[in-house]
Amino acid sequence: MNKFRWSTFSARRPYLFTLLLLVVCMAVNFVFQPGLFERNTLNSNMRVFLPSILLAAGQAVVVLAGGIDISVGAILSIVNTILVTKLGARASTGRTAELLAFVLVIGMLAGAINGFFIAYLRLQPIITTYATSFLFGGIALAILPYPGGAIPAALATFYRGTTPLGLPLAFLVIFLMLAAWALTQRTRYGRYLYAVGGQPDAAYATAVPVNGVQFSTYVVSGFMAALAGIAITMLTSSGSAGIGDALTLTSISAVVIGGTALRGGVGGVAGPILGAVILGFVRNIISFANVSLWWQTFVNAAIIVVALAAPGIIDLFRRVVYENIKDIPAARRRSAGGHSVPGQRPAA
Amino acid sequence: MLAVILFLASGLLPNGYGSDTSVALAQATNIIRLSVFLGIIAAGQTLVIISGNEGIDLSVGAVVTLTAILSYVIANGNDSRVLPALAVAVLVGAAIGLLNGAGVIFLRISPLVMTLGMSGVITGLILVAQHGNVVGAVAPIMTRIIARPLVFGIPGAIIIWLIFGILMWLLLERTQFGKNLFAIGVNRVTARLSGIDVTRMSVATYALAGALAGLGGFLVVGNTGVVFINMGNSFLFPSIAAVAVGGTLLSGGKGSYWGSMAGALVLTLLTSLLTTMQMPDSVRRMILGGTLLVLISIYGRQRGFRQ
Repeated sequence: MNKFRWSTFSARRPYLFTLLLLVVCMAVNFVFQPGLFERNTLNSNMRVFLPSILLAAGQAVVVLAGGIDISVGAILSIVNTILVTKLGARASTGRTAELLAFVLVIGMLAGAINGFFIAYLRLQPIITTYATSFLFGGIALAILPYPGGAIPAALATFYRGTTPLGLPLAFLVIFLMLAAWALTQRTRYGRYLYAVGGQPDAAYATAVPVNGVQFSTYVVSGFMAALAGIAITMLTSSGSAGIGDALTLTSISAVVIGGTALRGGVGGVAGPILGAVILGFVRNIISFANVSLWWQTFVNAAIIVVALAAPGIIDLFRRVVYENIKDIPAARRRSAGGHSVPGQRPAA
Repeated sequence: MLAVILFLASGLLPNGYGSDTSVALAQATNIIRLSVFLGIIAAGQTLVIISGNEGIDLSVGAVVTLTAILSYVIANGNDSRVLPALAVAVLVGAAIGLLNGAGVIFLRISPLVMTLGMSGVITGLILVAQHGNVVGAVAPIMTRIIARPLVFGIPGAIIIWLIFGILMWLLLERTQFGKNLFAIGVNRVTARLSGIDVTRMSVATYALAGALAGLGGFLVVGNTGVVFINMGNSFLFPSIAAVAVGGTLLSGGKGSYWGSMAGALVLTLLTSLLTTMQMPDSVRRMILGGTLLVLISIYGRQRGFRQ
């Protein structure tokens, strides 16, 4: 049947709604902040967004394979505290490079711990990464009990001043991530990700190394969290053991706004990246619109809920209209209702 | 259950610095009393998680804060206003749960995100309405029943919890609602085909969970006697952890409230032990995280693919 179906259309292009939302956010932001598209403003905005963008991309890979990672904020905090305590204001370039490599390994190691418990010991992702977030948060607090520390000024300048082709550094990073993702999708591993997220039992039955794939996603997420930790350290030039706490939830919201379903197997990395940018713009709008301090939490949460609910409302509206059309045979109507039940896993 | 044994074993630890059995007994009573609040908040969480379909309620923290503040404001130090305060707390909780359920079922928002968003909205509303200063007081009768010894030196909260536990057991094991709940948790399609109104069941479960969180908020404020904006947050993830440690599958369809009660006990015991040992915050967090990992490694294993 060639008839246009909203549900098919939106299911095939999960990031379409995200794109629409992004345009709306940018337009509203532009009203409050007319210089939005000037180079310096764009640059400084993207600089602030970059850590959440990196986190969201890592989270997306985990969610795609059917998991969730609540420990990303704590991993980011560990990286931040290590950098500011071990680097100091006067580190040489060689030492800096060494430490940056070191924290990336730490991030992957933390992710590997998550992956080991979830993929090989078969623990439930949400509660496991919640437990490890305590573990990692405790380690960060042990490294740096009180906020402080410093990094070489050159590093902060590098983060602020690097503009390849006159564009913000974040654009280059996003481009690299999307390129890497496009390549991954073409590999066998990329298809495994979707298989594991969609139907783990079926994937296992068709000889997909389910445990290995799940394990790898947490390592990727840990690596991205470490990158985000590096970015946020260069952004703030200081450290705090609680710096990542709020970012975990932002990364999950970004993934969902980006059209990647939390049940796994649907979506990609591009949507969540846009989601992170959208959340950044929302925060921008709230601060520029002179929303009273007391209202900020509410407005922020309400915008996110409405953004999340909008596709559902449109879908509900279509369903109601569809159900009310009299000339569709009852049997077909029922089958349309049948596919509306979200993906089922076989009973244990 | 092993959790109970673990509790009894670690319950001997406070004896280390007081050979007096009555002191140890008072300690144990106090820890049980403290776990009542987590236990009752975890009850709603247990229901939502058993109902399956990624069911989870991340709004309990905010609901507890809101209903605690409401109880505080409505009771206002007046014994005669305790019942209205309780009613409002439970009803407001139920209304929020109803909204959660509607969002999850009709708008098909993932439960995790829906309840998380709801949590933000509630916290925002509290800030808008109260501007940080709350006028009110806890009614003396609340403190007397909840915090002080009621019969035979047993605090009222523990008695409430015992009765509550039996009610929850009846609800889950002896009613149609309980049977349907497990059925939709195992498989929604087969549940619908066997004549269960899945939509109504799910929404009702979220509403009930909200109501229980409301009850939790009422009890919490009766114990602490003060309110503050983050008071409920400390119950949010522990409520999920208590359910997981209690052996309820987070994917739904299998579990019990006895398990969650034991989970709440173990978690409260663990945190109070770590606090009394006066360790630095960092070490405390690491031990809590590590112990949680060990506990869920014992109880929370999902089945392997080969089985």
